[in-house]
Amino acid sequence: MTVNGVNQRNPKQAIARQRFIIEGITLIVLAIGMMGVLPSLLSAFQLKLLGRFLSLAIVALGIDLIWGYTGLLSLGHGIFFALGGYGLAMHLSLQLPEGQIPDFFSLYGVQKLPFFWYPYYSLPITVLLVIIVPAIVAAILGFVVFRNRIKGVYFSILTQAALLVFYNFFTGQQKLINGTNGLKTDTTELFGQVVSSPRMQWTFYQYTVLAAIAIYLLCRWLTSGRFGRLLVAIRDDENRVRFSGYDPTWFKVLVFAVSGGIAGVAGALYTVQSGIITPSAMEVAFSIEMVIWVAVGGRATLVGAVLGTLLVQYARTTLSTQFPEVWLFFQGFLFLLVVTVLPNGIVGLFNETLWPKIRGRLGFAPPALTYPSLDNDPDLQKEREQFHTTPPPDHPPQPVESLSDSVDEDRSRP
Amino acid sequence: MVDFIVQLLIGAFNGISIGSVLLISALGLAIVFGLMGVINLAHGELMMLGAYTTFFVQNIFNALGDPWAQVYTIAAIPAAFLVAALVGLILERGVIRFLYGRPLETLLATWGVSLILRQLVRTTISARNVDVTAPAWLRGGLQIPTGNIPIQLPYARMFIIVLTIACVVGVYFFLNASSWGLRIRSVTQNREMSACLGIPTATVDALTFAIGSGLAGIAGCAITLLGSVGPNTGQNYIIDTFMVVVVGGVGNLFGSIVSAMVIGIVTYLIGSGTFAVLLSPMDSMQPVVAFFEFFASSSMAKVMVFALIIGFLQIKPAGIFPQKGRTAEL
Repeated sequence: MTVNGVNQRNPKQAIARQRFIIEGITLIVLAIGMMGVLPSLLSAFQLKLLGRFLSLAIVALGIDLIWGYTGLLSLGHGIFFALGGYGLAMHLSLQLPEGQIPDFFSLYGVQKLPFFWYPYYSLPITVLLVIIVPAIVAAILGFVVFRNRIKGVYFSILTQAALLVFYNFFTGQQKLINGTNGLKTDTTELFGQVVSSPRMQWTFYQYTVLAAIAIYLLCRWLTSGRFGRLLVAIRDDENRVRFSGYDPTWFKVLVFAVSGGIAGVAGALYTVQSGIITPSAMEVAFSIEMVIWVAVGGRATLVGAVLGTLLVQYARTTLSTQFPEVWLFFQGFLFLLVVTVLPNGIVGLFNETLWPKIRGRLGFAPPALTYPSLDNDPDLQKEREQFHTTPPPDHPPQPVESLSDSVDEDRSRP
Repeated sequence: MVDFIVQLLIGAFNGISIGSVLLISALGLAIVFGLMGVINLAHGELMMLGAYTTFFVQNIFNALGDPWAQVYTIAAIPAAFLVAALVGLILERGVIRFLYGRPLETLLATWGVSLILRQLVRTTISARNVDVTAPAWLRGGLQIPTGNIPIQLPYARMFIIVLTIACVVGVYFFLNASSWGLRIRSVTQNREMSACLGIPTATVDALTFAIGSGLAGIAGCAITLLGSVGPNTGQNYIIDTFMVVVVGGVGNLFGSIVSAMVIGIVTYLIGSGTFAVLLSPMDSMQPVVAFFEFFASSSMAKVMVFALIIGFLQIKPAGIFPQKGRTAEL
């Protein structure tokens, strides 16, 4: 009822606009805070950690897009993460004098650069490939799986198997990509500066913040419109979507590809900030961990994905430095906790318990229990008045009981 | 020509041996998945518990002296079954029964359990691998004199094949000849209708989960014959096991058998480079030989097998023997 004064005709749009403004301001404040204020508060090491966490939060956004909104649980996002990371690392490894190839090749007796390395000489193409390659791999994998209406746990298992396959491939191919040793980036140079230098790291941190905000906005845009509603529809009842004349396959392929591309960006940003990319980014455990970030924060809320990642990663760093053996127990219980008692994550808990109280303190009416559109619909309001079920104006409506009663009455009357 | 046949026979034996390891690990998973639609990511850890049980049984029997030390494997099988079944029962009663109808959440919960179990073994026993030595009668192998290449069929491998056959036969008779087996099959086919007819579905679930876990325990006992055992042992088997279930089709014992054997044989033939060796005399096949040589290692064979599985699922998305039904769902 808070928006009645703003726009009587279309309260939904008004709410949307209001939320949009609030979100925009919050984002700008956050960006300024993270780029301007935080650096003076945190040590260089902490800032670097934050940068890494933020790049992981970007993956979480991608996972939220497919799991929280579309209901596809991917256990193989490590693939896309690593592909992005390898892309940028390959470009950095190629920053050598003319005619030389990266050192590790000589270990395996390779004289000539493998063909797929060549595009990575150019920075713009690399940046493009960091996004495109994971997206294409995701699209192909998604297409062959979704085409056959394979879903649910089958999809999860297949993505996990794909992850194992990529892991095997990357560890097995020393001659192509340096196998288990991975590619080191911290001694390489970009724009004539060593990547691990504080100045470069600061640049990467800024890029990470900007990328996180950009990708948040992208996900926000994708999930708020018709497309987003379709994703949720696929999650809730795919058959009904199909019967309504949509082909869910292409939407699923598209959203999976977008999610893969996002993971690629995150992988690239993470790699330059941690100094190395190895096939261990494609370990089974890491990819499942990504899911827990989203679950802890709250599925189907983008803020939750970011928040969850930061919290879990923070807990991880603190716990695993002090008590390394506790961390896995903690993580295990976290999994059990979020699926049993906290299915909507932290954001869900906040929305259910704390937020109504805060609203109450601030003098707003408690939120409606039905859809806001039902509460604010003038036609329904008129009907309610007709049937004398409208509550007195100074009291908040209790829509669930009263409304359903009124409908029943309506039906029972001849 | 004799060489060719010998090569093929060795390939078949090794393939069946890999396949039987896959099958014995997948058996429990397939039953549980068929009945409850639950993928148990802790299945590998249940195998690991079975393997550790074998280790402890071995230590106890070794302490008892020689006649006992030779038969510990026989005693370890029921012990591993019981330990794993008990843990499985606790898992089902404690966690999974609250999550029915939410398969993805179950998946995550079982992963949490898997992490906890692994760390539990690491802190209580040791993070290092332990060795289970096979008793004397399982060491060595059966020599087959064949022309210029002598073949040895390891007894340990043969024991696993026999154990797998025994498990499959046991599960078959349990499901098809016992009254609880009838109930399990009935709930697998139609849960609601079975409940209406008075079958205690909750008990059936718990029982099935316990038996599936127990079978994982036996699988764990079997894998001790193949190498040392560590907290992460289960992880090496879990994904291959899932592939067996996916390819075989849900809730179909025969499908699991066929898919495990096919995956085992194909994996061996590709991984050992048998294809490359067989084709190398033919000049026109050189590119194909190079192609197979690229995949001739156990890890690269998995890459190839996965591609084949994905290709197979394009033709038969619900596995070799899909469940017949009249829903729009698969």
